[in-house]
Amino acid sequence: MSGPLISARKLVKRFGDFTAVDGIDIEVAPGESFGFLGPNGAGKSSTMRMIGCVSPVTDGELRIFGLDPATDGRQIRARMGVVPQSDQLDGELTVEENLVLYGRYFDIPRAESRRRTAELLDFVQLTDRAKSRVEPLSGGMKRRVTIARSLINEPELLLLDEPTTGLDPQARHILWDRLYRLKQRGVTLVITTHYMDEAEQLCDRLVVMDRGQIAAEGSPRQLIERYSTREVLELRYPAGTNEARSTDLVDIGERVEVLPDRVLIYADDGEAALSQVHARGSYPESALVRRSSLEDVFLHLTGRSLVE
Amino acid sequence: MLSTPAPVRVWEHNFAVYRRIWRSNVLGAFVQPLLYLLGMGLGVGALVDRGTNSLELLDGLSYFAFIAPALLATTAMMVSSQEALWPVIEAFMWSNSYRSMAATPLSPGQIVSGVALWQATRAAIAVTGVAIVLTFFDETRSLGLLLTIPFGALTGLAFSVPLTAWSSTRNTETSFPSIQRFVIVPLFLFGGAFYPVDQLPGWMQPIAKATPLWHGVQLCRDAVLHRLELSDTLAHVGVLTAFVVAGLAVCRITYARRLAE
Repeated sequence: MSGPLISARKLVKRFGDFTAVDGIDIEVAPGESFGFLGPNGAGKSSTMRMIGCVSPVTDGELRIFGLDPATDGRQIRARMGVVPQSDQLDGELTVEENLVLYGRYFDIPRAESRRRTAELLDFVQLTDRAKSRVEPLSGGMKRRVTIARSLINEPELLLLDEPTTGLDPQARHILWDRLYRLKQRGVTLVITTHYMDEAEQLCDRLVVMDRGQIAAEGSPRQLIERYSTREVLELRYPAGTNEARSTDLVDIGERVEVLPDRVLIYADDGEAALSQVHARGSYPESALVRRSSLEDVFLHLTGRSLVE
Repeated sequence: MLSTPAPVRVWEHNFAVYRRIWRSNVLGAFVQPLLYLLGMGLGVGALVDRGTNSLELLDGLSYFAFIAPALLATTAMMVSSQEALWPVIEAFMWSNSYRSMAATPLSPGQIVSGVALWQATRAAIAVTGVAIVLTFFDETRSLGLLLTIPFGALTGLAFSVPLTAWSSTRNTETSFPSIQRFVIVPLFLFGGAFYPVDQLPGWMQPIAKATPLWHGVQLCRDAVLHRLELSDTLAHVGVLTAFVVAGLAVCRITYARRLAE
């Protein structure tokens, strides 16, 4: 297929008076890994549910595989995999049964569904758990089962709604590795996340969403270059004094953000900025120079931090 | 590729879950009807059968022969109603299994059909258990018991499908005990299972006869006692089917609406 895999024009989702998605435009190319970054309530999940053809579009145009969800939802869903925000596995059934039965929803013959299940459990490294009940598995393992399940119909497009929320760092890295492999196989990934590191790891391109709208779009690197500086100096002063202490510092670096718990100075050279702070007789309790991240982009665009 | 009807593929999920728990059900399925039959049929029956005119009032039947077949219908009602309350809200809110299904090519209507198919199966399984118990007794050992399995499944559906429409709109289970107390139990008591409804006050009789249970009881009783008549049978089946069809129509709307949320 040529042309975009997903295209949205002025896409809107309203629930009563509340506008969850407020006229967004996106295009996702085949094989691309595309992210929606934003805090809770930004409209990411509502967008995902429209793309997943379960929630009807209120206004605007949405095409997936060139098809219209309003009329061709069934055909679209047949070619798509969905990893929902919360695991929707049947805890009473075994890992294997969960996958085989899910395959049946796609009308995959039982024998074929079993064959694919074995293959997928191998892919997510859970072959030894095939016969275990799902309920006692760890959160990370359940996520892997959910991902394996979403692949049972060999989807061209995989939707992942906050795939690693609530997982420990090790479990997240295992998941990222598996998703990266899928991407290498040519599966188009669409991911929502409020984790900057996740977006940086997984997404070729992303949109920053805020209050139902797209605040910025680009690759993680482009966004950081465009909306932030190379480095960030983080200063911590005794609790409650950030505001007062930072008044003398506002002209250091390109920009200064005062947060409740720290002061951020955006500068291409963080160490040089720190020297300037010291030269003005200000000695914070701690000072840290780090590289800019998508969190800084978000802060710059919206004036709020991502995880509150 | 050979395709399986969608409701059957939804049904497979329920069946897989049931296969894990059926053992804990099976004993109850036999013991409970047996206790009822012994307690009511033999105990109360001994009193009733001694009364004047009892044979006349019971249409020429012993009390045991009167209530034993009704147990097929009441069991179907009890089992399917259960299946239409907690499991439905569970699938919407806790396990989210309906949402899982909705993410696949399955439509809300197909999900509903699969759910109903499973409820019918549960009723049929339970009715089969009672039917087996009824073969232990001379008065109810009858080939008609075979017919009571589809009749029982239909009776069960006439309850479970409308109830499913209700529970699919609920966000909590708080109303469910009341449904059991104020819908299921009164029907159990007044639906013609334990005495002919013409023993009720005149104004109550049409109400009793409008409920699915009365029709189910009549079907099962007539089948076991070999006195099915075509016109009555069609009427009973027709009423029960109407409950199912109306319930399915509402369920399609409520499921579609909720799954699109």
